[in-house]
Amino acid sequence: MADLSVNSSAGPRGPKPKKSFSRANIFLYGTLIVVSMYYLLPLYVMVVTSLKGMPEIRMGNVFGPPMEITFEPWVKAWSEACTGINCDGLSRGFGNSIQILIPSIILSIAIASINGYALSNWKFKGSEVFFTILIIGAFIPYQTMLYPIVILLREIGLMGSIGGLVLVHTVFGMPILTLLFRNYFASVPEELFKAARVDGAGFWQIYFQIMLPMALPIFVVAIILQVTGIWNDFLFGVIYTKPATYPMTVQLNNIVNSVQGIKEYNVNMAATLLTGLVPLVIYFASGKLFVRGIAAGAVKG
Amino acid sequence: MTNSVEIKDLDLSFGAVQVLKQLNIDIAEGEFLVLLGSSGCGKSTLLNCIAGLLEVTDGQVFIKGQNVTWAEPSERGIGMVFQSYALYPQMTVRGNLSFGLKNAKVPKDEIQKRVARVAEVLQIEPLLDRKPGALSGGQRQRVAIGRALVRDVDVFLFDEPLSNLDAKLRTDLRVELKRLHKKLKNTMIYVTHDQVEAMTLADRISIMKDGMIQQLDAPEVIYAKPCNKYVADFIGSPAMNLFEGHLSGNTFTCDGFTVDVSGYEFGSQPRRDSAVWLGIRPEHIVTGDAAASATFNGSAEIDIVEPMGSDTLVWIDFAGQSVRVRTEGQSGLRSGEALTIGFDASRLHLFDMKTEIRL
Amino acid sequence: MTVTSDPASRVAKRPNRLFKNLMAKLASIPMILTALVVFVGGTTWTIVYSFTGSRMLPKTNWVGLDQYERLWSSDRWIISIKNLGIYGSFSMILTLVLGFCLAACLDRKIRFESAFRTIFLYPFALSFVVTGLAWQWILNPEFGVQSVVRGWGWETFTFNPLNDPDTVIFGILIAGLWQGTGLIMCIMLAGLRGIDEDIWKAAKVDGIGTIKTYVVVIIPMMRPVFITSLVLIAAGIIKLYDLVVAQTGGGPGLASEVPAKYVIEYMFRAQNLGQGFAASTMMLCSVVIILIPWAYLEFGGRKRG
Repeated sequence: MADLSVNSSAGPRGPKPKKSFSRANIFLYGTLIVVSMYYLLPLYVMVVTSLKGMPEIRMGNVFGPPMEITFEPWVKAWSEACTGINCDGLSRGFGNSIQILIPSIILSIAIASINGYALSNWKFKGSEVFFTILIIGAFIPYQTMLYPIVILLREIGLMGSIGGLVLVHTVFGMPILTLLFRNYFASVPEELFKAARVDGAGFWQIYFQIMLPMALPIFVVAIILQVTGIWNDFLFGVIYTKPATYPMTVQLNNIVNSVQGIKEYNVNMAATLLTGLVPLVIYFASGKLFVRGIAAGAVKG
Repeated sequence: MTNSVEIKDLDLSFGAVQVLKQLNIDIAEGEFLVLLGSSGCGKSTLLNCIAGLLEVTDGQVFIKGQNVTWAEPSERGIGMVFQSYALYPQMTVRGNLSFGLKNAKVPKDEIQKRVARVAEVLQIEPLLDRKPGALSGGQRQRVAIGRALVRDVDVFLFDEPLSNLDAKLRTDLRVELKRLHKKLKNTMIYVTHDQVEAMTLADRISIMKDGMIQQLDAPEVIYAKPCNKYVADFIGSPAMNLFEGHLSGNTFTCDGFTVDVSGYEFGSQPRRDSAVWLGIRPEHIVTGDAAASATFNGSAEIDIVEPMGSDTLVWIDFAGQSVRVRTEGQSGLRSGEALTIGFDASRLHLFDMKTEIRL
Repeated sequence: MTVTSDPASRVAKRPNRLFKNLMAKLASIPMILTALVVFVGGTTWTIVYSFTGSRMLPKTNWVGLDQYERLWSSDRWIISIKNLGIYGSFSMILTLVLGFCLAACLDRKIRFESAFRTIFLYPFALSFVVTGLAWQWILNPEFGVQSVVRGWGWETFTFNPLNDPDTVIFGILIAGLWQGTGLIMCIMLAGLRGIDEDIWKAAKVDGIGTIKTYVVVIIPMMRPVFITSLVLIAAGIIKLYDLVVAQTGGGPGLASEVPAKYVIEYMFRAQNLGQGFAASTMMLCSVVIILIPWAYLEFGGRKRG
């Protein structure tokens, strides 16, 4: 086809030239940077405060970097800080939290994954009803169930012990985890399950040999969800344990908000950072999976 | 007469990946051009560049003689129809049709007039006060076309508009689109991966692969004289049978048969002694009595018979490979029988082995 | 699976219905116990005992609505409810607005998107106790923001929310927003990413500006995402407890008390179980009030398609 327009090669060509700093972009990045500062400020303040000596803190500026870096507050927070009469620092709470965390994760994920599997592949009469109750239960304020659980734990002799708290975490982790696993297993093609049944595999065989290996990524999501959830718990810890078995968050609150003695802000901030360290490490290490976990947990409320 | 749309030396890269390479297309006023190719060939990308939804890396786009390379999509005088319809779900059909016009500050009675006209053309008047959620797929696509029509522009862009519909509706709407084009006589650029749509709708088809145009021609030419092996293989269903062999003088030889190709219309001055591909479409292989008078005839065993009603697809073992033959509907052939086949040299396609270009 | 209903079936004996799917039933026992005993049983028990005069131990001396009357005439409870109302309405509006705006900013194909997302979301990984203590320190009048601004020469600058009964709830709000907005941003971002890109293209061909497209087209399309976010924020607001305990302890005086704290104080410190049960039943009521319209919108609305 003959080209008849004479001026055709003149005029604009290629990409439209852009101002490198358009007004929209300045506004966009400006907003994001200012908001980022609001988000980063507390972390920054905690870190610099925990590295200063008390005299320097009394002199002034919380935002100023430490003139003389000292790790004294960290050591003190870890092994010497007092709650009431105990002066062995946060290390005890850390130990308790680990002892609570590990069995809680194993138990809650084992139960929830089997529940989810049974609910998506082995529906029985009433299974959906129980599941619905479970999900509605996730929205009931914990306060209405706190005391009956005290009675139950007392009856089975676990009140105040780590075992009791493990049980509580398993129970309250169940709705969201069951939902997570049920939705995952429901997304596995049903033909796969049918094929396994035709091949003569039973309930446990299909679970361990087919479903479990396929579900590894969702197990990682569940672990992330549970580690942060259980580690950060305060309410159940303060109610179902006694001072010797307090998890780290409860001990931290007692150290920082104790009325006795002079306030050592640097030790307090070191203690706060120490408590936040485990979930922060999980968060920064897990990246996208964390986001996936909270997207799934979004239903939890 | 100026061209309606002109694309000059168009390049597009995403980072290091070159998606479109030195494209040049001139589209005449009122022409229906189809961009055809498999997914990832750059056809939709090219359409988005014409619409101004993607910024080109180099080159120019002209619409109606105007250089619109830097213009906003709404200023280019185009209307566009999307694969997923992309209707605004919370607005009624009327709202969808008039939204762009309101935004462009078109006077109210003018909007009303245009919406009424378009609704009449597309026969969607009863749907005007419904929301897209309450419409069927075919109705939604009609509204999406309507949204392009109300803009009163010269060029319509279609991005795989029928691929979300089921087979029956697709055929109906295809015919309707053709009728619409006949009536409106606008320039239309239409992207699809469906060769039937391309063959039936297009004035010209542009077959694309890896960001380059393989062949730009009328559908009949593309079918009868594919310019290279890729196009030959891509167009036609069931696909063309291809044999690997050697051409010396006017004789093609491969494992299994030899054929005299002096009846073949050579395009260029080929090297008459080289490795080549020989292609023959399944519908150009004749059987039975007709085979006797053909340039070539032979016999082969029937492997599988697939009756389709209007015609029958027969798979035969010939020259060491499985060969497709299309024959009449009620052939009465059975697998295991011997079948006499033949074909004319004028129906053959020859491609250079190395360059894959038509000889 | 109902092979047994086929008369020609070779199964000799119809198996007992109870044993059908036996393994699945056995495996679901923990779930069934949790659902029935803890969730249904526990909640019912608390509601029933809220009509008793239980003090240190639960007793069945029925007192009718006495506990509720006492609850609603208690200053502490009224303050708690007011605080929850203020915190709740501000938190809901600000979290939604900020969350959506941040998500929209991140959705504009910007550079360093994942870095910004990481920054906005990290507080969500932290415990409320950690959040409360960090902000307690930053808002500390002697060393925190107030003293720093005064140090710059603005001698009369006052920003001391944690020690001012009138503004203490906003001090908590600052910390609450800091922790919770990232989650909503993430959900909104997922919602924005879920919107068909062709819609944006169609709006561009129609010549509609970016902000107008957000307001007129995108936000109405994200209605389900907004509802989910609202439910999430609301559930978080009612649970508000740890943050208050860590940041202010409910002070100064009773100025930052919240219902969840009221319940726990009366149940476990003041040894007035009946009051605690009544207060927690009221909390349950408020959840039901939120949940029913949501369930209606979510499930009733689906039928209309």
